[in-house]
Amino acid sequence: MTADLDIPALSVFVFFFLLVTVMGFVAARWRRPETLAHLDEWGLGGRKFGTWITWFLIGGDFYTAYTVIAVPALVYAVGAYGFFALPYTIIVYPFVFAVMPVLWQAAKDKGYVTAGDVVYGTYGSRTLELAVAVTGVIATMPYIALQLIGMEVAIKALGLHGELPLIVAFLVLAFYTYSSGLRAPALIAFVKDIMIYIVVLVAVAIVPSKLGGYGAVFDAADAAFKAKGSGGTLLSPAQILPYASLALGSALAAFMYPHTLTGIFASSGGNTIRKNAVLLPAYTLLLGLLAMLGYMGHAAGLKVTSNNDVVPALFKTLFPGWFAGFAFAAIAIGALVPAAVMSIGAANLFSRNVWKAYVNPNVTPSGEAQVAKITSMLVKIGALVAILVLPTQFALDLQLLGGLWILQTLPALVFGLYVSWFRAPALLAGWAVGFVAGSVIAWSDGLKPLHSLTFGDTKLTLYTGLLALAVNIVVAVVVNAALTLGGRNPAVAAGR
Amino acid sequence: MESRRRSPLMWLLLLPFLGLLWVPFYNQRDPVLFGFPFFYWYQLAWVPLTSLILYVVYRAVRDDR
Repeated sequence: MTADLDIPALSVFVFFFLLVTVMGFVAARWRRPETLAHLDEWGLGGRKFGTWITWFLIGGDFYTAYTVIAVPALVYAVGAYGFFALPYTIIVYPFVFAVMPVLWQAAKDKGYVTAGDVVYGTYGSRTLELAVAVTGVIATMPYIALQLIGMEVAIKALGLHGELPLIVAFLVLAFYTYSSGLRAPALIAFVKDIMIYIVVLVAVAIVPSKLGGYGAVFDAADAAFKAKGSGGTLLSPAQILPYASLALGSALAAFMYPHTLTGIFASSGGNTIRKNAVLLPAYTLLLGLLAMLGYMGHAAGLKVTSNNDVVPALFKTLFPGWFAGFAFAAIAIGALVPAAVMSIGAANLFSRNVWKAYVNPNVTPSGEAQVAKITSMLVKIGALVAILVLPTQFALDLQLLGGLWILQTLPALVFGLYVSWFRAPALLAGWAVGFVAGSVIAWSDGLKPLHSLTFGDTKLTLYTGLLALAVNIVVAVVVNAALTLGGRNPAVAAGR
Repeated sequence: MESRRRSPLMWLLLLPFLGLLWVPFYNQRDPVLFGFPFFYWYQLAWVPLTSLILYVVYRAVRDDR
């Protein structure tokens, strides 16, 4: 162990970590079901979560630990552009409000647990179901790895080095998720979210007063960007379209992920979801204020080796050890909730749409839950190994592609709620073209999220995922029109 | 349920998209409020505003079943 070990910080950290560990295991008895050996119970908490539990769960699940680290880091590095997370996490709620209650109702009526179930139930196509399920799993894995990066940053800030603390924390998480299912992160989310609220509110109230007020914070950031010669506290003209398209594309993708959909399906009804769309923006306000920490890093004159260290360095510089420890515990626990829900969401997909569909169609409900429990374990271990063995950049690149990929499942998942015109082969073709074309474009752009289109002498730069979605929809419409006009409708349309 | 979902108030849900995706409208420094350039406080102001809009629509479309 090293000299920079901060004992008060470490004690506070360990206390809260032990607290949530106990809660994670006790959660199996919380709102006790008749049996946990059923996917509705293990994987969806019984579909009974009311407004407040859903609020804490989705809040804890959507605004992840990595967000707490990465958003201020991006703002610290590039300025205004990093704030696209703010419009993104606002416009996502009108979308959730309009679409998700309809999706919930379909899921409740037909007993769907996953996006794959919805697609199979609507179109009767095993291939489209598999496409959606596999996309969900591979988009989620790097997202879990990102949570580990967030946790790693917090643990490192405590002065603990080496990989052992991370491995221990993650194994603990894996075991209580295995035994308690979705109830564990739902219960822990209460602690995590309250801690994060305290940390951010204290930081945004106290830090500016130590640094001379918000005016001074913005001035310091401006000066730092001028000195550096890049970035700024306003967008450059070339950044405007990327900013808007990233916000829109991210908002459309956000609730296609298995972990956010799990939160939706686990809620008790359409009104619960609508009320949450009204109430969840409170977290967005928090995120907006949190992003300011990036500028506060400039005002405090921090010099960091990695942008991800801005938040920990700020807390270590400006606060006493015990509060810094509290903040780091909040971040580390903040990683546990999304990581747990993500692994559950991915496990539900595998169990329902791969195992049941292809390996054992006669699997019992308890067998289904058992497959999901083991999958959730494997998914987490996979993410842990990936972080320990592969370069961090690999997870970041994959996460970026994951957002692009998951966005391509939107037509298959959402269109059928409103129109019954689309057929499975058309949606499958759209998905395939969007998925492949988007990946190839992103790859050729050096795994940057933006792509430039040139029309004559105008150059448009926008989010590649949104571009791929547009291609996806056009292909789906054209293929569907061809199928319909050709009169060769395959015998699908089961349930519609 | 069908009729409620088609409430004309649902059109209000488009307002946050209009307000936030037309970026040139707010990509400026002035007027500054409490030290925050317009770019920042304008976007932050859309958070409670969006909640309010959603609440208004919620009152019109909630189904009590």
